[in-house]
Amino acid sequence: MKDISKSINKVDNDVKMSGQADYVADLEMENMLYAMTKRSPIAKGKIIKIDYPELPENYYIIDHKDIQGKNIVKVIFDDWLVFTDKEVNYIGEPLMLVIGPNKEKIVDIINHIHIVFEEEKPLFEWKDSVLDYHFEKGQGSQIFDAADHVIKKTYTTGYQEQAYIEPQGFLGYPEGNKVTLIGSIQCPYYVKNAVIQALDETQENVRIIQATVGGAFGGKEEYPSLIACQLAVAVKKIKQPIKLIFEREEDMSVTTKRHPSKTHFEAAIKNNQLIGLRAHVGIDAGATIGLSGVVLSRALLAVSGAYTVDHLDVSGDVYRTNTVPNGAFRGFGAPQMFFAVDMFIEHVAKALQEDPLTFRMNLLAKQGDKTSTNGIFRDPILMPEMIEKAIDISHYKEKLNAYKQAGNYKGIGMSLFFHGCGFTGSGEKEIIKAKVRLKKAYDKVYILVAAVDMGQGVKTTFRKLIAYILDIDIEQVVFNNPDTDYVPDSGPTVASRTMMIVGGLLARAANTMKERWTEDCLTVEKAYEQPDYIQYDEKNFVGDAYPAYSWGVNVVEVEVDPVTYQVDLKKSWSVYDVGKAIDERVVLGQADGGLAQGLSYGYLEVMNHQKGKIMQKNMTDYIIPTAMDMCDMETHLFENPYAYGPYGAKGVGELTLIGGAAAVAKAIENAIDKPVYKIPVTPEYIMELMQDDND
Amino acid sequence: MTMINFKLNGIKKTIETDPNRRLLDVIREDFKLTGPKEGCGEGECGACAVLMNGHIVNSCSVPLANVDEQAIVTIEGFSKTPQYEVIKDAFAEAGGVQCGFCTPGMIIATQSLLSHNPHPSDEEIKIGLSGNLCRCTGYNLIIKAIKIAIKKGEGLW
Repeated sequence: MKDISKSINKVDNDVKMSGQADYVADLEMENMLYAMTKRSPIAKGKIIKIDYPELPENYYIIDHKDIQGKNIVKVIFDDWLVFTDKEVNYIGEPLMLVIGPNKEKIVDIINHIHIVFEEEKPLFEWKDSVLDYHFEKGQGSQIFDAADHVIKKTYTTGYQEQAYIEPQGFLGYPEGNKVTLIGSIQCPYYVKNAVIQALDETQENVRIIQATVGGAFGGKEEYPSLIACQLAVAVKKIKQPIKLIFEREEDMSVTTKRHPSKTHFEAAIKNNQLIGLRAHVGIDAGATIGLSGVVLSRALLAVSGAYTVDHLDVSGDVYRTNTVPNGAFRGFGAPQMFFAVDMFIEHVAKALQEDPLTFRMNLLAKQGDKTSTNGIFRDPILMPEMIEKAIDISHYKEKLNAYKQAGNYKGIGMSLFFHGCGFTGSGEKEIIKAKVRLKKAYDKVYILVAAVDMGQGVKTTFRKLIAYILDIDIEQVVFNNPDTDYVPDSGPTVASRTMMIVGGLLARAANTMKERWTEDCLTVEKAYEQPDYIQYDEKNFVGDAYPAYSWGVNVVEVEVDPVTYQVDLKKSWSVYDVGKAIDERVVLGQADGGLAQGLSYGYLEVMNHQKGKIMQKNMTDYIIPTAMDMCDMETHLFENPYAYGPYGAKGVGELTLIGGAAAVAKAIENAIDKPVYKIPVTPEYIMELMQDDND
Repeated sequence: MTMINFKLNGIKKTIETDPNRRLLDVIREDFKLTGPKEGCGEGECGACAVLMNGHIVNSCSVPLANVDEQAIVTIEGFSKTPQYEVIKDAFAEAGGVQCGFCTPGMIIATQSLLSHNPHPSDEEIKIGLSGNLCRCTGYNLIIKAIKIAIKKGEGLW
């Protein structure tokens, strides 16, 4: 039997390299109009009056009055308006679309729409808690009664912008009574269901097609539903093709970002041992709650990091502020939490004058241990061997000591982390209810799912998976971009679920098809069935929050400039357990790209707002790594097949981002011999840390 | 309106238009070549890169007036060359393509680099790519692709 991990060339290489792949901005239709958005210039206020200029022929304004269904974008929490009507709650909130054949004229019209606001005092502090969670494990807060002393630290993380190179966009057009939208999206059925609700239309009359996606990283999970609803309302009314493509500045100013966070940790210490943890995590939702509650959950579930702590007292709040709404970004709360907890455990070890590596190794989660919510880590955990490998190839121990002694501004850091694969809790069973379809027509097999290739390679890996199981040529397997008129709802392309859950269902369908292979034409459908052992009480945070976990170790070496405090990445070494790689090269591509985002989240990517206005409005102001910034990244994979994943595959995509920030922050600590409490660790922050010393 | 004469992918073109228009818009809108992409519109990301007289330029930052009597090659034209074949195979072998939005620009950057320096050092490769942003790959596999292309395309540049 051939090993499925052995790499093949990606199936969409040629069309992308030669410039022939169609992204949404590349599509044109006859009589196509353009749409642009008129937005709120203030952070909070009531709309008193709007004066419109006279519209030339074939120019239109579409706003909340045109919405025939609900003026709510269907996400998780119903508080996101398609078009705001009475008040505005953040700078950039959409008020209306201006539509017409000439973009310059549209801009001119937008500039001549005058809105009178009654301004109100915006809220930027984290005071207005709109969701709060609390759970305990073991003795919970009572364990603190038994402590000799308590160590307290606070960790903060900033915004992070997905910075996909292709901005958001859709092309919408009428097809008879139907409204069809083609766009840069991760979740065709999220968009479809949102549009149905906004238009008050039937299933048959809304069609969503995925264009080639030029990067997403969570940024095209829920945000596209907003602009799809706006555009669908316009298409239904105007009955002409309309294209809505964001410019970079607009994309950066108004689309969802990674939630800034603040985590307050307390460690209960007895006889120089860590006996319990208390944590409070606050995240900034921005002006709407959206899916912030789920982001907070994922953060809280990772509260003890890659370690087992028997007694936990965990709480968190989602705060609403008059800022741009935050949302999904690869990792979904976990990058914030793993930074905080992995720093804290190291800081606790140092405070106890214990060797941090030994202290961490002793605390590592083991198979059979209870998770933070009293679920069980059921599968083997290979972390001790993975850490040994990482130490070995990076010479971590020697370098750590040498750099500390030398004071030469060189440093090395190691992060330990996991990622819960798939939706949190019973999300797959209760909410998503994934369905997949596999269709055979003579010598071709068609994959019919709503999973999107956004660069992560699922077009290749799904076709490979089916070809391997059916023992046919990959050329015989067809997987077109999802079109909701043809594919069932296999769920969104998120949460590191695509290969493990959707691929797992496809593998089951292929096995059934194999048994009936002699038939010329047949269709096999499979629906998600939750493994019996997954029982999760979402309200009380009790049970198995995830069916499986992927694990990782990142080591990174840095050099800090002693004068400018610029951080230079020297090299990274990573070891991952993703179950089984369906294609090794695809996984290594995810490993590099995820770690690059994780490392730069930790030291390079600065985004902030002033009075609600995002200060970084383009690729010049918001720095993502160039080829000059990145270092050589060495990656090793450990096989640890998961029983319910296809060939044993678990989640990959998000895992690779999660450990970067803690690894680079620890490397910088090692280099400057000062504790780091916030990311990004910018030269300005390092200077602050160094000056503290001089006082 | 001005008459602009230039070569586009080896063919002489004459266009009467506003000379202040961006080369990117003229390529995409008037000549329907959508290989060059708009990622940022301010010359920062390199997704719109094309060759002007063999040198990489960001077509979003070039007014059409500057193109008069110059030779422009987009990915559509470059993909007909033997150098492209080598670079394409190298990108596939290394795994240098993910979402693909930056890829035509990356390939143009590779050609611009290798045509001026057929044996670049690692540092020179990084400098050669530093005007092109990629958010998917972390660049390692693109750099690896270029090293493969250097080897396999020996003598082509």
